Amino acid sequence: MNASAQKPDRTRVRFLQGNEVCAEAALYAGMRYFAGYPITPSTEIAERLAERLPQVGGSFMQMEDEIGSICAVIGASLAGTKSMTATSGPGFSLMQEAIGYAVMAEIPCVIVDVQRGGPSTGLPTHASQGDVMQVRYGTHGDHSIVCLTASNHQDLFGIVVDAFNFSEIFRTPAVVLIDEVVGHMREAVDVPAPGELDLTERLLTDVPRDVDYHPYAPREDDRLPMSNFGGVHRYNVTGLVHDMWGFPSEKPTIVNDLIHHLYLKLENRKRMLTRWREWSLDDAEIVLISYGSSARSARHIMENRRSVGVPIGMIELQTLWPFPSELIRARCRNAEYVVVVEMNMGQIVHEVKRAVDRPERVFLSNRVDGEMITPTDIKHLIRVIQGKGV
Amino acid sequence: MAATDFLRKRFMPHIWCPGCGHGIIMRALLTAIEKLDIEKNDIVMASGIGCSARMLGYIDVHTMHTLHGRALAFATGVKMARPDLTVVVPMGDGDALAIGGNHFIHAARRNIDMTAIVMNNSTYGMTGGQYSPTTGCGEYGTTAPYGTVVQPFDTVELATAAGASFIARTTTYHAREMARILADAIRHPGFSVVEVLTQCPTYYGRKNEKGDAVEMMERFRDCAVPVGPLDDNGRATAADVEAADASVETIPIGVFRKEVRAEYCDAYRRQVIEPAVAAASAAADAAGGDR
Amino acid sequence: MSTSRRIEVNPDWCKGCNVCVAFCPKQVLALDERGKAYVANIDACIWCRECELRCPDLAVTVVVERAS
Repeated sequence: MNASAQKPDRTRVRFLQGNEVCAEAALYAGMRYFAGYPITPSTEIAERLAERLPQVGGSFMQMEDEIGSICAVIGASLAGTKSMTATSGPGFSLMQEAIGYAVMAEIPCVIVDVQRGGPSTGLPTHASQGDVMQVRYGTHGDHSIVCLTASNHQDLFGIVVDAFNFSEIFRTPAVVLIDEVVGHMREAVDVPAPGELDLTERLLTDVPRDVDYHPYAPREDDRLPMSNFGGVHRYNVTGLVHDMWGFPSEKPTIVNDLIHHLYLKLENRKRMLTRWREWSLDDAEIVLISYGSSARSARHIMENRRSVGVPIGMIELQTLWPFPSELIRARCRNAEYVVVVEMNMGQIVHEVKRAVDRPERVFLSNRVDGEMITPTDIKHLIRVIQGKGV
Repeated sequence: MAATDFLRKRFMPHIWCPGCGHGIIMRALLTAIEKLDIEKNDIVMASGIGCSARMLGYIDVHTMHTLHGRALAFATGVKMARPDLTVVVPMGDGDALAIGGNHFIHAARRNIDMTAIVMNNSTYGMTGGQYSPTTGCGEYGTTAPYGTVVQPFDTVELATAAGASFIARTTTYHAREMARILADAIRHPGFSVVEVLTQCPTYYGRKNEKGDAVEMMERFRDCAVPVGPLDDNGRATAADVEAADASVETIPIGVFRKEVRAEYCDAYRRQVIEPAVAAASAAADAAGGDR
Repeated sequence: MSTSRRIEVNPDWCKGCNVCVAFCPKQVLALDERGKAYVANIDACIWCRECELRCPDLAVTVVVERAS
């Protein structure tokens, strides 16, 4: 859980758009290669980085499409440069095969998906949270993935840095999933000073030159010390199931171990990966669960209802994947009702139902018309659940 | 060092069919690398999917076996991160010109320093002999049981239009020349395309009654027409370009283009990074004075 | 200074495609009863290395050793 915000130092407070925060936070995290393709509502990330990256000696590249973008990002990362791409739903769909490659080949990278309305071209300039399940299950095959989100720019800065850290620690793609509202909204950000946030650099192998190096033999903590391309160890990287040297294998024990490794290296470490905020849960009979811009409305109505004596609390999820089921189960144990607030036809709500002891008490407050969900929308649902009518 | 010292010998014999030309290309590539005397650790090879893509499993450099058609995009990222590395990308015709066509033309347009080897056997071998973007009109594949109804891509023309700065075509029959061309292509500071016509006796040859590997290579020998010397701008002469359009029974081979043009990584560094870093540090110095 | 030269065929790599046999200008190579290439007439060899360069299996090596 994040520490509460400290009193801001006014000299470093900047008024930024969410997309600009993604760009600045990525630079803070040490990202030095960005490849992308223009798409609303994420384009400002590319625009800002086109200007900012070369100032710090990095490279920006506009690729021919989103597929090329994610592939170039993976290539640059394998050669030792922290790398990122940013897109929105249609581009994120195109990236799925390569995201699966980064999962399989265990190459760190960060993908920002600024959600817009879908399916297909959908609503390019309006808000939605319809990509949550695509992040988790968009690629073929079995694996886990890291997905972080935020509702405000201060948190977003830290979340983007976390995404880079998790990506390097676990050698996995990490998705920063924000929505159009957060991406385009402007608010003040107290930009952290260098060194203020922890940065995790790549774990490099200490196996010396000419000694047999096993790029895909996980340590006991499931981490894989890496040797960047161009280094002293030559090995093979493939999207095929592979042995500890990175060469293709179809041996059932090797396949089994690899699939378990890809899944469990993240699912077994939810305690470390989970970021969230919570308010007023101690006596809460009604628990709101939300994330992204929806959480802003949820928090507003939570505070509003609290002020008139309603026993209501809230959890704002910042880690969506791997889903923090144990946290949700524990925090909702005493709740009479759980209301999941999200801008889709129900995605996280199903995860919550799977996690809690009484799934029949979990309700969905949603909106899918491209407009932001309002505190009043949520209030109406709570009144209906309570049998008070709207 | 011998060319075969670059092999990961424990994986040999390779998976390619008897008579497949891909092994000849691999040999020529290893000969070229050996001749250029590049450290193994300084070479990255990226490939996509298909028979061609399997080449790099056998080569003892940094190897990245990626997604169908996307090898050039992965290689682009590698090159941007480490411009000092030599990057070679073996591709099949379907890999380079169908699923990867967009990456192919844009890598050429950028003139990023890497060598794309288009191993053109006019078929999708790995999946069993479907027609490809280079299968001749009227020729057969498992997905063209009545013959294809479309014109094939001309790799050299496509690369020319897209802006590659080194473009050559050769065949597996011309193995010695192929090694020389590949060395030239790797040394060239820009995007190099080397199309190698190679035989797939198992599928394309059988489906189209082209005979065995030997007969298919004899056809390369008999139909090959060398292009003349390049003009002062490093381009093939008009007559040679016209010959490149000729019927399938003529295969113009040789170097079609070799021109010096701004290379992407280099141009980006000069035009973008260096001025931006200088301006940023000047701004920081100015701000420092206020503190 | 003397030079010793020979052609080596690796039978484990050779898939018997006949390319080396067909394109040898001097008919030095042949396929054995297993369908593998072997050196049938080394005396005719002009050491042009066409067999080595064209072998799709990288199974043929022309070895030239110089000893003083």
